[in-house]
Amino acid sequence: MAIALVLVLVVAGSILFHLYSPWWWTPIASNWGYIDQTLIVTFWITGAVFAAVVLFMAYCVFRFRHKDGQRADYEPENRKLETWLTVITAIGVAAMLVPGLFVWNQFVQVPDDATEVEVVGQQWQWSFRLPGADGKLGKSETRLVSADNPLGLIPDDPNGQDDVVVEAADLHLPVGKPVKMLLRSIDVLHDFYVPEFRAKMDMIPGSVTYFWFTPTRTGTFQVLCAELCGQGHAYMRGGVMVDTEEDYVAWLGEQQTFAQLTAPEQTSLAD
Amino acid sequence: MVDVTPGAIDGIPPAEVPEMDLYHPHSWWTKYVFSQDAKVIAIQYSGTAIAIGMVALVLSWLMRLQLGFPGTFDFITPEAYYQFITMHGMIMVVYLLTALFLGGFGNYLIPLMVGARDMVFPYANMLSYWIYLLAVLVLVASFFAPGGPTGAGWTLYPPQAIMSGTPGGQQSGIILMLVSLILFVIGFTMGGLNYVVTVLQARTRGMTLMRLPLTVWGIFTATVMALLAFPALLVACIMMLFDRLLGTSFFMPAVVELGQQLQTNGGSPILFQHLFWFFGHPEVYIVALPAFGIVSDLISTHARKNIFGYRMMVWAIVGIGALSFIVWAHHMYVSGMDPYFGFFFATTTLIIAVPTAIKVYNWVLTLWRGDIHLTIPMLFALAFIVTFVNGGLTGLFLGNVVVDVPLSDTMFVVAHFHMVMGVAPITVIFGAIYHWYPKITGRMLNQALGQFHFWMTFVGAYLIFFPMHYVGLMGVPRRYSELGDMALMTESAHQLNAFISIMAFIVGFAQLVFLFNLIWSIRHGKEAGPNPWRATTLEWQTEHTPPQHGNFGKQLPIVYRWAYDYSVPGAKEDFIAQNDPGEYGSPGGHA
Repeated sequence: MAIALVLVLVVAGSILFHLYSPWWWTPIASNWGYIDQTLIVTFWITGAVFAAVVLFMAYCVFRFRHKDGQRADYEPENRKLETWLTVITAIGVAAMLVPGLFVWNQFVQVPDDATEVEVVGQQWQWSFRLPGADGKLGKSETRLVSADNPLGLIPDDPNGQDDVVVEAADLHLPVGKPVKMLLRSIDVLHDFYVPEFRAKMDMIPGSVTYFWFTPTRTGTFQVLCAELCGQGHAYMRGGVMVDTEEDYVAWLGEQQTFAQLTAPEQTSLAD
Repeated sequence: MVDVTPGAIDGIPPAEVPEMDLYHPHSWWTKYVFSQDAKVIAIQYSGTAIAIGMVALVLSWLMRLQLGFPGTFDFITPEAYYQFITMHGMIMVVYLLTALFLGGFGNYLIPLMVGARDMVFPYANMLSYWIYLLAVLVLVASFFAPGGPTGAGWTLYPPQAIMSGTPGGQQSGIILMLVSLILFVIGFTMGGLNYVVTVLQARTRGMTLMRLPLTVWGIFTATVMALLAFPALLVACIMMLFDRLLGTSFFMPAVVELGQQLQTNGGSPILFQHLFWFFGHPEVYIVALPAFGIVSDLISTHARKNIFGYRMMVWAIVGIGALSFIVWAHHMYVSGMDPYFGFFFATTTLIIAVPTAIKVYNWVLTLWRGDIHLTIPMLFALAFIVTFVNGGLTGLFLGNVVVDVPLSDTMFVVAHFHMVMGVAPITVIFGAIYHWYPKITGRMLNQALGQFHFWMTFVGAYLIFFPMHYVGLMGVPRRYSELGDMALMTESAHQLNAFISIMAFIVGFAQLVFLFNLIWSIRHGKEAGPNPWRATTLEWQTEHTPPQHGNFGKQLPIVYRWAYDYSVPGAKEDFIAQNDPGEYGSPGGHA
């Protein structure tokens, strides 16, 4: 008997916890509100199913618990009922999957006007690279990574000379402009994760992965690593500041390009 | 499907194969240690699995100490924390759950339930256990190796698994882990072939496939899957071992290790993930399907009612088993693989929800108009449905690719898989132990201790893992040795973590009570008799309890009906055993 009551309490408690829990997602700061909406739809559908199944069980346990002289029904199959349940389930599943795939289609298609920004992960820090005045990122190779060339840029690539290198410091992004994050790692797997942007993606040494988003409000956001990357994983933090256009331009002006960073070395070679 | 109607005993074909010769033990050693009796092997498997499971339980306490009370325990360094999570995960998934369901329950129940004298290859079956034990010992050895066990996470993703920034990566931890897994696969294959061939070839007369208890269907399908899935893990382990020891680059691209260029080149870390999850996703169902099967039989027996929709249940098990081989990359939506894969894998993943939901409906519909005896096995079966439905539904979040993006790699995932493949199958294991212990030992487990164990485990585990979803929803990543100064952590979230930790200690303590009950009841439990639950399946109809070597008496039982003739109208008793030729009931398995 206690079990029937506890089953009801499980349902009631879970719903109340959901409604009154102070533990909820961080306020969104990107265009991916659709993801949040799909998540909410999924919460409602699955919550209804959970409540229905567990309450039905509670009723059965209460109503059909053993009493002297009681005998169970004998009903091996019920084709009609089984078919109906299958169809309803399939509809419920489709109601979650279809909107999900529509949003995913947006997620994988990067808008043409997105600016490319490179993120480079290494144990256990973040660096960034912006394409500079020519709008193009120069090529890079892990083999070239050294103390003087921390991101492994190919020195003779003309596209790379004006690239802005932000080593182990915060990235700034202008608000309201779509960005394509190109993700690269020079050692192990990492994952560029800003909870407020909702999107995230692993970084794989040897490949360049990507995702895109549009920052929708200004502010400072913490970058976390979401893929286990060794003993410093939990301490691999970074920052993204979403600026107004003015602030962004001001910040960009203070940054050094690849050519400027390598210039002293070249001068000394010339001597 | 050939139906054998009652009374038409002539219709049952004579045994095509002569009775198998059993190797009867001649000494204490061959009877209890190097035994070829599947029932002894089952107990050896279960004992070893539970023993190593206790290690995993202690590791989970250590993790929860760190997460609930950060900075309090100096000995839990980040290195140690990652070693704890890695070993906890690997032990629970492979060395406890897989070994206990297949090596433990599979060995004990398959021959008895299909009406066989033993597994068909008893010697290989014995070897299977000893190689498994060796695998466990190698795993345990890594705790004592220099540098300790690997801390790469149970997924062992390269490159970090074999690099120096990870505990055990450049020491012996990862090597011992890989060797242990390779041994496990070898040992499992010997047992697995046995289970499959025994079900296909050694069923007694009249035991058609569609009369098998669902327990056997679940274990059988899971074993077929394991035989197909484990080879992917085996090759992944061998390749990684080569990368680590011989300097090959299967999974290693050009990388910089803490400022030093390594000589690796051209390998693919993603390839390892595909191999791992090609094994890893079926693995979830390798654990789930035996639980599905066993819980069906627990519900049917203790509700005194036939399982609802038996044929649909069989096809759902087979269908889930097949589908589970084409969903693996839903573990890799944000791995950096081609994002267009997401469309395919999200669709297959959500399709698998349909046969799974059918199983849930049929369990609860079996309760409808039943005669529900709230025994401890039944209570655990109910707990299974609650936790499995909960964990299954959160799987719809994570399987739906775009919803997975914010949730992946957060505590939401941890809560989901603990609910669905931790708590749910383990409640079935408990229910099954309370159910079959009387057959194994001849005595009942203590009721009062069982009630205590049930309530602490069910309520406690729900209170651990339900709130944990919301920690993940906040965005808290999994596999963090320290949550401290994260911007999104609130004071109340720290308090919630402390609460979860305290519940984890309580639930863990309840398991010690269960262990005590297991040992105490061997001598002091109430005498059970041959069939205390008044069940229909063949293991309850043996001449001796516990069954002797050879399982049945002089004659193997002949089967006349399906496994679910409970409360048959007109019949005197509320159950008719499978080997009862009586006139009532519904032979062949359906009306």
